[in-house]
Amino acid sequence: MNELKTMSEQAPDSPERRRFVGAAAAVAGLAVVPGVMLYEVADARPEEQPASSAVRWGMLVDATRCASGCDDCVSACSTENGWTPVAQSAHPRQAPQWIRKLQLEDPLTQAQINLPMLCQHCAEPPCVDVCPTGASFKRADGIVLVNRHTCIGCRYCMMACPYKARSLVHEPLNDTQKPDVPRGMGCVEACTFCVQKVDRGDGTTACAEACAAAGHNAILFGDLNDPESEISKRLRELPTKQVRADLKLNLGVRYHGI
Amino acid sequence: MASITFREVEGSSLKYWLLFGALGLFVLFGALAWNHMHHYGHVVTGMDNQIVWGLPHVFAVFLIVAASGALNVASIASVFNKPMYKPLAPLSAILSLALLAGGLLVLVLDLGRSDRLIVAMTNFNLKSMFTWNVFLYSGFFALVGIYLWTMLDRSVKSWTKAAGTAAFLWRLTLTTGTGSLFGFLVARELYGTGLLAPMFIIMSFAYGLAIFLMVLAAAYAWTGRPLGDAVMLRLKTLLAVFVAAVLYFVAVHHLTNLYFTKAHAVEAFILRDGGAITSLFWIGQVLIGCVIPLVILLTALGRQRSWLMIACALVILGGIAQMYVTIIGAQAYPLDMFPGFKASSSYFDGEIHAYTPSTPELFLGLGGVAVALLMTAFAVKVLRLLPVSLDDATVAKLDQH
Repeated sequence: MNELKTMSEQAPDSPERRRFVGAAAAVAGLAVVPGVMLYEVADARPEEQPASSAVRWGMLVDATRCASGCDDCVSACSTENGWTPVAQSAHPRQAPQWIRKLQLEDPLTQAQINLPMLCQHCAEPPCVDVCPTGASFKRADGIVLVNRHTCIGCRYCMMACPYKARSLVHEPLNDTQKPDVPRGMGCVEACTFCVQKVDRGDGTTACAEACAAAGHNAILFGDLNDPESEISKRLRELPTKQVRADLKLNLGVRYHGI
Repeated sequence: MASITFREVEGSSLKYWLLFGALGLFVLFGALAWNHMHHYGHVVTGMDNQIVWGLPHVFAVFLIVAASGALNVASIASVFNKPMYKPLAPLSAILSLALLAGGLLVLVLDLGRSDRLIVAMTNFNLKSMFTWNVFLYSGFFALVGIYLWTMLDRSVKSWTKAAGTAAFLWRLTLTTGTGSLFGFLVARELYGTGLLAPMFIIMSFAYGLAIFLMVLAAAYAWTGRPLGDAVMLRLKTLLAVFVAAVLYFVAVHHLTNLYFTKAHAVEAFILRDGGAITSLFWIGQVLIGCVIPLVILLTALGRQRSWLMIACALVILGGIAQMYVTIIGAQAYPLDMFPGFKASSSYFDGEIHAYTPSTPELFLGLGGVAVALLMTAFAVKVLRLLPVSLDDATVAKLDQH
């Protein structure tokens, strides 16, 4: 199986091949859109350099700005990462959903809240604790991932996740897979914080981009460890909560307005 | 000490080969079911992203739990020095190995990537209960294997007690590990309690003994060897104690939850509103699995061999119902991420999740049962595991020592 390993700092295989692919892409890119490529190459983390714990990637979701009926973040995630939208799936109960729109209603007051639910990228992830092979792992920069090569599909992580954030790939995948987002039948998967974009130096995720493009700006992605980052500044101003804070998992995703 | 003659069963009768063939057929069906699931993916099962562990896990965990319980009779003989049970110890040991093999086979063949078993054998995360279980299962095979060897080979007979004690302690740890697979899960409302470990141990006593009694009675009836009432009645009383203890643990577990307001909703689901799950709990687990067997075992009915067998069968069926309620029931109830709110989403948040097992899942599970029984049937043919006679006179002589 030709699976790229940009997701995993654990398996830095064949740097030559990756450098070659990178160089080829850079040359092609230079020919087409020189400005964009130069900017991105300058900002990206070099391949030899592992993810650093100096950075902790995180997300702020402002539920007060999340529009009812809008699922642009979900569509953008599906497009970026190559999973079939649930509406197009022949088996909706078995279809993977990396991100979903959750509608909450207070039965007493009828107050409604909309928010996107995704992997919360816990600092103390229960999925990583229970994984028998170590396929579930947390990168130094806080991103929780599944190593596609060592996941045996036991689904213990799905039993352990308090956020129902993970999916098993139940059926053979069609050829819509993205080259930098490896997936496979029988393996468990979840939101990766668009690790391929992060490692390219985009500094954001597909869902955050789509939410901004729709004018809602309910999702903000950034470095929680950098006090000058926009997300850190906003988190200082806005009161936020962690979902199931009682579990003390120290989540990478914080919600305002819940 | 009175000597007991062990002999292989002849295993050349038509009846034996019919049994062998029938079990083999179920093993074949199980293999075909696995092939189907492996080829098309879990999409052909009733499992989904809500109910991630289905019927194969029910069978697998039941067999693994019963496996350690089946070793009981041997433990009583070797560890607690009850000579009356010594003639039964070899069968007890082989049955426990066979049940564990059957259960593990179902467990690994239900993996999303069962072809990656070698990865599970070479990559370990020591914080995972699953990893610990891999070591516990391997150790169990090794220790019970050695224990069986000390029973069958006169030259190492003096090691029987040491090996038996090691196996006994290991099986307690193993079932603690199995119970902790669920006990160590923080996310689900019905799990996350240390009570599950001792509860699984006592369940293993009951299920393992019930299976042992049925296999013992069948083996003696089908080979025409004498099996007296003395042994059966003693084990009958023991089974009643174990079943009562299971009922006690189940009651304590639910009463604890009923005291905490936060667990009221999930308890209402299991005990009152859960439809099939509620029926399986009250009718399957409690009535069929505990109450009726207790009535049979504690009254004069239990002195009749056929009623005793019925009680054992009911304990086994109740055990499977219990595993179903524990494994499927806990997943069917939605995760409560936002207490106090009603949740809904395209991912079925806030809904009770339905689950209908598919045919391949059923046959994979039954295949595991068939593997266990086939191994046992084969072992008693090639090894000297069964005493030629267990009539009351023979057993009485043992008991005097």
